[in-house]
This record gives sequence, structure tokens and C-alpha cells, in this order.
Amino acid sequence: MDLSQLLTIFISAVFIHNVILSRFLGLCPFIAISKETKPALAMSFAVMFVITMSSIITWFIFRFLLLPFHLAYLRTISFILVIATFVQLVEMVIRKASPQLYRAFGIYLPLITVNCAVLGVAVLNSEMFFIDGKAVSGSFIYSVFQGVCLGLGYTLAMLLMSGIRERLELCAVPKSVKDFPLAFIIAAIMSLSFMGFNGFSR
Amino acid sequence: MKKLLSEFTKGIVKENPTFVLMLGLCPTLAVSVTVINGIGMGIAATFVLLSANIIISLLKNIIPARVRIPCFIVVIATFVTIVEMAMKAYSPALNRALGIYVPLIVVNCIVLGRAEAFAQKASVGRAILDGLGMGLGFTLALILICAIREFLGAGTLMNYSLIKGFEPARVFGMPSGALLVIGLLVGLFNVLKNRKG
Repeated sequence: MDLSQLLTIFISAVFIHNVILSRFLGLCPFIAISKETKPALAMSFAVMFVITMSSIITWFIFRFLLLPFHLAYLRTISFILVIATFVQLVEMVIRKASPQLYRAFGIYLPLITVNCAVLGVAVLNSEMFFIDGKAVSGSFIYSVFQGVCLGLGYTLAMLLMSGIRERLELCAVPKSVKDFPLAFIIAAIMSLSFMGFNGFSR
Repeated sequence: MKKLLSEFTKGIVKENPTFVLMLGLCPTLAVSVTVINGIGMGIAATFVLLSANIIISLLKNIIPARVRIPCFIVVIATFVTIVEMAMKAYSPALNRALGIYVPLIVVNCIVLGRAEAFAQKASVGRAILDGLGMGLGFTLALILICAIREFLGAGTLMNYSLIKGFEPARVFGMPSGALLVIGLLVGLFNVLKNRKG
């Protein structure tokens, strides 16, 4: 494990292969909840938290349960079950420990179960940092770090989008492209500008 | 008979999962670079949708309502794993092209959405028709987007070049092209809808 590798992961995960704008993960909530900044931010933080935690949990499951017993083909089932259970658990804990935070997250927390970004990141980690059924050295740190960075990328895209859409509320746009179509077109332009970061990768 | 037929056809136009219900957009956008990818993804998703619909409608009286979502997810994930393994064995190239989006069919909202909204209340026959119709609607929408992107982005269709001297705009093969195409298509769908209504 070295620092330059971490930096590469950071830049790649946040800018070049941004979860939303380049990998299209978690697109449904991105389009649906990005109308205002506040809920968008709550959603992003919830996603960031769950992605990070599930990166940790799924790494342990893949490394110590699935690989030693040659069960790698059960990856999809086990990951989604663990993520679903975990989200439920988090929801219960937050409700008990901090009702205020629970209200802030609202319905977004349970929705994360079917957010493809979470499962996508877990699958991505298991593909990038395990080669031929063996963990590459430092794979745990890389996996968790990549989880955090992808979560950051998600937050960044969500914030930019909600900011733009908030201002668009005041504009007169043709009725047919109002809301969803326009959101897609804005996302297209954002994705185009994020492509400028491509030069950073080797 | 007519009613049964409408269970099948509603997924294709009236409740098209991509353009009208706006479900399962992530795989639609990510894999729609070439038509071949689109067909592969469409078949995979249709198989999962159909099988999950059948099993869930058969088990609808056994699954307790409170834990139904985890139960549905296990059923769906099982079929996705079958698809994944079959694809790895018979078509490694397609598997490589679709990448992580094959396991991600599990969290494709179309499948869970149909299970929750339809299959758990319907008889097996109607669930089959619904699964087939929705799958077909998804596949057709996917192929449409793929065809537009492949033609504009690479100047080909199913890897055959169509017009000599056509200069493709590579941006359509990139992520931003996908977002642009779907945005304009949904807009177009709305124009048609508004004109009719």
C-alpha cells in the first residue's frame, strides 16, 4: 500500500469515474431527490455512510467467508442480503439513538437498500482488489478508501445538481422537458465537463 | 382474453418501464453503447423478471407480509446468480462488456417493483404475462437507446457500418451521450403525450 495509489483511487473515484456521472450508479435517487439542496444533502450523507460501512462488511465477508470456502459465486446474494440487513439495523439504531437525525434522513435510509451505488461499490471492490481469488496487499484499506471516495463523488454530483435545479425553478422551460428530461440533459452536460478530468488517469 | 392480453401489452407502451415508469435506468444507460450489449442485457433482465414473477406469485400466500422485501430480494438474487454463471460460461465476451451491471440486476428497480406492485397479488398466469411484457418493454427501450447511441457514436448498427463517410460523434458512446439521449427521448415522449391529451 502506498500513498500514490490512494491518491489515484481518490481522483479516479471522485472525478474520473464518478459514481453517478460516469458509472450511472444510484441514478434514480439522483434524478428524483435533487430538486432541493437540503434533502439532496441528507440523502448523500446517508449514502456515503452506508457505502463506507458496507465496503467494510462486504470485504470481511468476501475475504473470510466466500473465498476460503470457494463460494465466490454467492457474492451477489450474500452482498445484497448483508446490505439490506445492515441498512435495517442502522435505521433501528438511529431511530433509537438520535430521533433528530432519523427525521433528517427520513425515508432516504430504507431507500438505500435498493440503491445500486451501494451494491455496485461492493462488487467493484471485490473485483478490483481481489485478483484470482486472492486479496491484493492492502486491499482492505483500498476497499474502504474507495468506498469513502465514491461516496464523496456521489455527494459532489448531488450537490452540484441540486444547486442547478434550484435555480432552474425560476426559469421558464418548455412544458415537455420540465423536471426529468431537463435533469437528464443537465446531467449530460455535467458528465461532459467531468470528462475533462480524464487526462489525470494514466 | 382481451384483459389478459392487456397485461402483456401494457409494459410495452403504456407503462413502459424505462420511458414512463422511469425504473431501472442505471443499467439502461451504462450498457447501451452497442445494440449487442442492449440485447444481452434485455434478455438477462427479462429472464430474471419472468422467473422472479413466477416464483413470487406462487409463494404469495407463504411469504409473511412483514419480511416480504428480503424474501423477494433472495428470490431475485438467486436468478441473477444463475444468469451471471450462465453468461460467464457461454458468453464471456458479453459478460466482460456488461461487467458489474449483471449482478446489479438485483437492485434494478423494475424487478423488485413488479414483484411488489404486481406479482405478489396476481395469479401465476397473469404474473407470467406481466413479466414477459415488462421485460419486452425494457428490452425494446434498451435497443432503441442502444441503436441511437451506436449509430451516432460509432456509425454502426450491430457492428455493421451503414453509411459510408459518416463521421460519428464519439461523445454519444460516452456516459454523457447516454444521459443526453435518454433526456431527449423522455422529452419527446412527453411531447407526444401532451399533444394527445
